[in-house]
Amino acid sequence: MADIALQPRVAKPQIREATRWDLIRTNKNWLGFWFMMPAMGFLIFFLAYPLGLGIWISFTDAKIGRPGAFIGIENYEWLRDDSIFWLSVFNTLLYTFIASAIKFAVGLYLALLLNENMPFKAMLRALVLIPFIVPTVLSALAFWWIFDAQFSIISWSLKHLGLITQNINFLGDSTWARICVIFANIWRGVPFVAITLLAGLQTVQPSLYEAATLDGASKWEMFRYITYPLLTPIIAVVMTFSVLFTFTDFQLIWAMTRGGPVNATHLMATLSYQRAIIAGQLGEGAAISSAMIPFLLAAIMVSWFGLQRRKWQQGENND
Amino acid sequence: MTDLPSRSIDLKAVLSGSSPTVAKDDHSEGMSYLQSLPRRLVTLYLPLSIIVFILLFPFYWMGLTAIKPDEQLIDLEKFNPFWTWNPTFKHIHKLLFESYYPHWLWNTMYVAVCATILSIFASVLAAYAIVRLRYKGAHWVGGLIFLSYLVPPSILFIPLATVVFQYGLFDSPLALILTYPTILIPFSTWLLMGYFKTIPFELEECALIDGASRWQILIKIVLPLAIPGLISAFIFCFTLCWNEFIYALTFLQSTQNKTVPVAIVNEFVDGDVYRWGSLMAGALAGSLPLVILYAFFVEHYVSAMTGAVKE
Repeated sequence: MADIALQPRVAKPQIREATRWDLIRTNKNWLGFWFMMPAMGFLIFFLAYPLGLGIWISFTDAKIGRPGAFIGIENYEWLRDDSIFWLSVFNTLLYTFIASAIKFAVGLYLALLLNENMPFKAMLRALVLIPFIVPTVLSALAFWWIFDAQFSIISWSLKHLGLITQNINFLGDSTWARICVIFANIWRGVPFVAITLLAGLQTVQPSLYEAATLDGASKWEMFRYITYPLLTPIIAVVMTFSVLFTFTDFQLIWAMTRGGPVNATHLMATLSYQRAIIAGQLGEGAAISSAMIPFLLAAIMVSWFGLQRRKWQQGENND
Repeated sequence: MTDLPSRSIDLKAVLSGSSPTVAKDDHSEGMSYLQSLPRRLVTLYLPLSIIVFILLFPFYWMGLTAIKPDEQLIDLEKFNPFWTWNPTFKHIHKLLFESYYPHWLWNTMYVAVCATILSIFASVLAAYAIVRLRYKGAHWVGGLIFLSYLVPPSILFIPLATVVFQYGLFDSPLALILTYPTILIPFSTWLLMGYFKTIPFELEECALIDGASRWQILIKIVLPLAIPGLISAFIFCFTLCWNEFIYALTFLQSTQNKTVPVAIVNEFVDGDVYRWGSLMAGALAGSLPLVILYAFFVEHYVSAMTGAVKE
């Protein structure tokens, strides 16, 4: 801007009528359209269109290399009687519910701990976030090795502590396999929850706690009546994200168990991959992944209302 | 529900560990002096060290496995499994010189950088238009972009696979470069919108009066002021790209085109008991670039993470 202002004035430019081109050039809507073009192009071609296409494919009998014909809701009828599909729905709900609940509890606890004053605070906070930075698949491989049937370090430690006599078959037994994948998911999700909640915690004024102490509030009362109400909006948003990404998780399961043993850890996402890409039944796979949409919509509604409440709660006009 | 006062989130303070400004004014240690040391040991340091130990142990284990000789890996009785006195670089050597690993690293890097640049470009324009041009319906478009952030890759990969196939992009890095922005754009647009909102309106008005076009304003005024936001968005997008799995698994087929996460899962898992060393070396080498990047830009990561949630 400076160089425009400082140019030597040679001659006073004549003031002319605004041409139609000038009007178009400065029109907000027209300009906005061009600014939005690249982003909208991507989102329409590679997000909105595939989303619709996916629902369409779920009503066809498409296979890999062959466009399908419309067969109505046959895929869904087929799924209705498919016990593996229902098992995967059950697994997904179990996985999401348990992992999210524990992630929330541990994450909030960790955030409260990190919010205390202590030496090496900054370094600790940076270390805690590392599991979130490292690619999921790669840390899942580390867990695969930690939970190995023969050489598991956990089995070894427990044996040497005298707690068990036999190696635990972590990923070979259905219950253990479920526990292991849920544990790995929690391990990866806790840092995200903790650090975002910590950011929320730091906006709470310390004077509130001091006032509460003078009034004789206990630690629990301070948490219940000061920390928690002020954190609710951010909790709502963080947990929606967490639930959403846990629900649609794919890579952790694929790297650790591939849905095994006997489909005990198959989630809807892994099952749809197996049916669509490995078995080639695109239509059926698309039906499984489309079946996730109602759940996602529910999560999005929760998030939406969470955001609305936040704006109102903080009394900020959103601009 | 409540009218308790609260301040806006100070992102830098989250990681640097400095107490918020108000706290400094009265007591920088808050009320913690009320607690005795033994009590703090039990209620704070003990649980904290357990959690941190669990969070970091897999990385120690990864690193240790990568440098342990094979015979120590499979004989837990003769050797203490928690330490090794004779580290070997055999696994890492095998990884770097007897496999396509450098190739895969390069692919991942290439795809991540291209997709990130594309998405940042698109998001800067979109975010600026939504926040400052305020064209008709900008509010709605902002909401739609947020919604598109919530559409997960797991329900898009099947139709996208058919689209990619139709366009002849199957098994080419271009397929990933064009599809990753759908994950990145919503996130970074949302993040940059937050940053652009903090830039004073008056600066732009001055520039408009001086005859600058919208494009000049964006390039010369808004972007230089939004550099922290751009760095956050860039790093976070890069991490997301590196982490992406299901698209890369579906759209790529030939061994040398794969990205690190997919290649390790598919090519290194061959049922051999001796595979663990090189598998862990591969996992470690694939995580290191991100961890190093993270070490340099810690607070940008946090502001990206909390920024997306905050808005």
